[in-house]
Amino acid sequence: MYAYDEIDRTLVNERVSEFRDQVKRRLSGELTEDEFKMLRLQNGVYLQLHAYMFRVAIPYGTLASRQLRQLAHVARKYDRGYGHFTTRQNIQFNWIKLAELPDALADLAEVGIHAMQTSGNNMRNVTSDQWAGVAPGEIEDPRIWSELIRQHTTLHPEFSFLPRKFKIAITASDHDRAAIKIHDIGLRLIKNEKGETGFEVLVGGGLGRTPFIAKTIKHFVHGRDILSYIEAILRVYNQYGRRDNIYKARIKILVHELGIEKFSREVEEEWQHIRNSSLQIDDEVIEDIRARFSYPAYEKLPHMPDELRQAAADPDFEAWRKNSVAPHKVQGYSIVTISLKPVGGPPGDATAEQMDALADLADKYSFGEIRVGHEQNLALPHVAKRDLPALWKALDRLGLATPNVNLITDIIACPGLDYCSLANARSIPIAQELTRRFANHELANLIGRLHINISGCINACGHHHVGHIGILGVEKNGEEVYQITIGGRADENAALGNLIGPGVKFDEVADVVEDIVEAYLALRERPEELFMDTVKRLGVEPFKERVYATR
Amino acid sequence: MPLVNGGKIADDSFVKLAVDTPLPEGGDILVPAERFIAEADNLLKRAGKVGVIWPNNRDIDELVPWLGKVATAALVFPTFRDGRAYSQARLLRERYNYRGDLRATGQVLRDQFVFMLRAGFDSFEVKKQADAEAFMQTAKRYSVFYQPTGDGRITALHRRMQLRHSEGVGT
Repeated sequence: MYAYDEIDRTLVNERVSEFRDQVKRRLSGELTEDEFKMLRLQNGVYLQLHAYMFRVAIPYGTLASRQLRQLAHVARKYDRGYGHFTTRQNIQFNWIKLAELPDALADLAEVGIHAMQTSGNNMRNVTSDQWAGVAPGEIEDPRIWSELIRQHTTLHPEFSFLPRKFKIAITASDHDRAAIKIHDIGLRLIKNEKGETGFEVLVGGGLGRTPFIAKTIKHFVHGRDILSYIEAILRVYNQYGRRDNIYKARIKILVHELGIEKFSREVEEEWQHIRNSSLQIDDEVIEDIRARFSYPAYEKLPHMPDELRQAAADPDFEAWRKNSVAPHKVQGYSIVTISLKPVGGPPGDATAEQMDALADLADKYSFGEIRVGHEQNLALPHVAKRDLPALWKALDRLGLATPNVNLITDIIACPGLDYCSLANARSIPIAQELTRRFANHELANLIGRLHINISGCINACGHHHVGHIGILGVEKNGEEVYQITIGGRADENAALGNLIGPGVKFDEVADVVEDIVEAYLALRERPEELFMDTVKRLGVEPFKERVYATR
Repeated sequence: MPLVNGGKIADDSFVKLAVDTPLPEGGDILVPAERFIAEADNLLKRAGKVGVIWPNNRDIDELVPWLGKVATAALVFPTFRDGRAYSQARLLRERYNYRGDLRATGQVLRDQFVFMLRAGFDSFEVKKQADAEAFMQTAKRYSVFYQPTGDGRITALHRRMQLRHSEGVGT
């Protein structure tokens, strides 16, 4: 956990009072809606279909139990008793009143939570691996660097009015859980031959209407230079990124139009001017940030405690354990993923009661810590294995023990037409229907790892391009039509999916997905061959033939 | 449009000239970049100060040779959403050591003041009277800054280091 000091707290409080003044000026009519729009966006406030939507940052996905309790409090006091976890380690509240927003922010500030730059054309919440600091084999905890970058990008005087939004993600593991290749800047933490920490820097990834996988701009940037290198990228982008067309304004388009070689030369030239400036980071500064991350005092525990051995007799427990429990870097401990994808539920939603109860469970079983992942699930990062059976029972009572992590019903979906003013089509009802179709755990397990991602419009908040099965809702002649892709992925081998055929109607989507799955089960070489591997081996054609043969 | 200079509402001595406005005999003038570059020697010969209005899509390097001679450099925010002039301002201050007056023009609103001050601006053509009047109050909104810029404000990172060292002395 990172503990705010007086300096961080002061800034957050200053931001709250600034926003309170901005809201006051809007309510009095001193600010026009056009002027206010940018100001509210810079603080995570969107105007949606039914009300204001409020997006709160959970930097690099780490939450303390008291912070989660405060999110529950905000859900209860200012909203309708629930919140929605997003694909970028944020939580959204959908029914907030403008006049009450400053108070909600002030309540959040008490526990060191803010909504700065969770929307708008600025540097967004820095995201990272939700298993940071606990994943076996991780090079080092990427959150120290995430926090450094979070601070540097917060209220940046030069880059708060960029051509478009700008997202940075960091990973320090071989397996990329932070989806860095679909970010404006992706940072892969590595060591050089001297054992010094640095980053492979990727740039220009992003989804939306013109999706691109990020390209490597520099193979190694030393940790001490990372802020100046990011600053150089941003400066080139701020000056040369397109501002004439919102759909061409992301850095991916600039990188694409200039080509990565020319773009990297521009960045290099800028970087040489500023790399030896006060942006260079002393080891002491890093150590200071590192010192404010606290780590649990782990006990020395057996690899296989009796409690776990006994519980193994319960098939329901075993189903959950095999699905939701992952190895921890410390013996005797586990990382527990908590599925927010119950059958028939909207992906990523949690009620205030669930949040409160989870905070209590985190205190009891996970040193008071909770993580939020881009898959819209939560995790308890430090659970002693002996506590797994008790934790499972408690989660099950809360409706939070659905054993479907990474399975076909662990669906990523945007809010879609049910909430969003940009959407052309519904997302949540599609996800709900799919979770019902594949509710049988035996079947889901038989299918194995398979990610379905759903977006209700071309803006791709549901990351449909990188879903193993991607579903994109569009509007055609006043009707919702869904385009379906297969073969996308968001991990270290990130790829964009390919269209499987003509779009289908709302009612047909679940049938088509069933057909794709049936085709996969028939086509896979052996049970261990995952869906994405079968698609990679065979391409789209055999799937297309089977799915469209009868349509 | 009120001008804020030195933190206060001030008279603007400069008259803005278009590309083809006849040159007044005396007085301070603000000239578009295009005209300035074409007629610089001529403009600088006359009595009265000369400032230049530099568009945000024109390379700032071109202005560098004249930095010792202009009385003000005015950078443009066509809308408050367009942040290119923040980069230009920092380059002028931090790379080219421009010490003269740096003016923000265009859609300049209250909520940009802190960013603009940090980027190196020191005078502001403010769109609304109420915003100009609130300048001093708004400029003091923040006491914590995470990024080092040419304005010399101490960053949070360095403040922490200072605190650390001063604590270290006593122990």
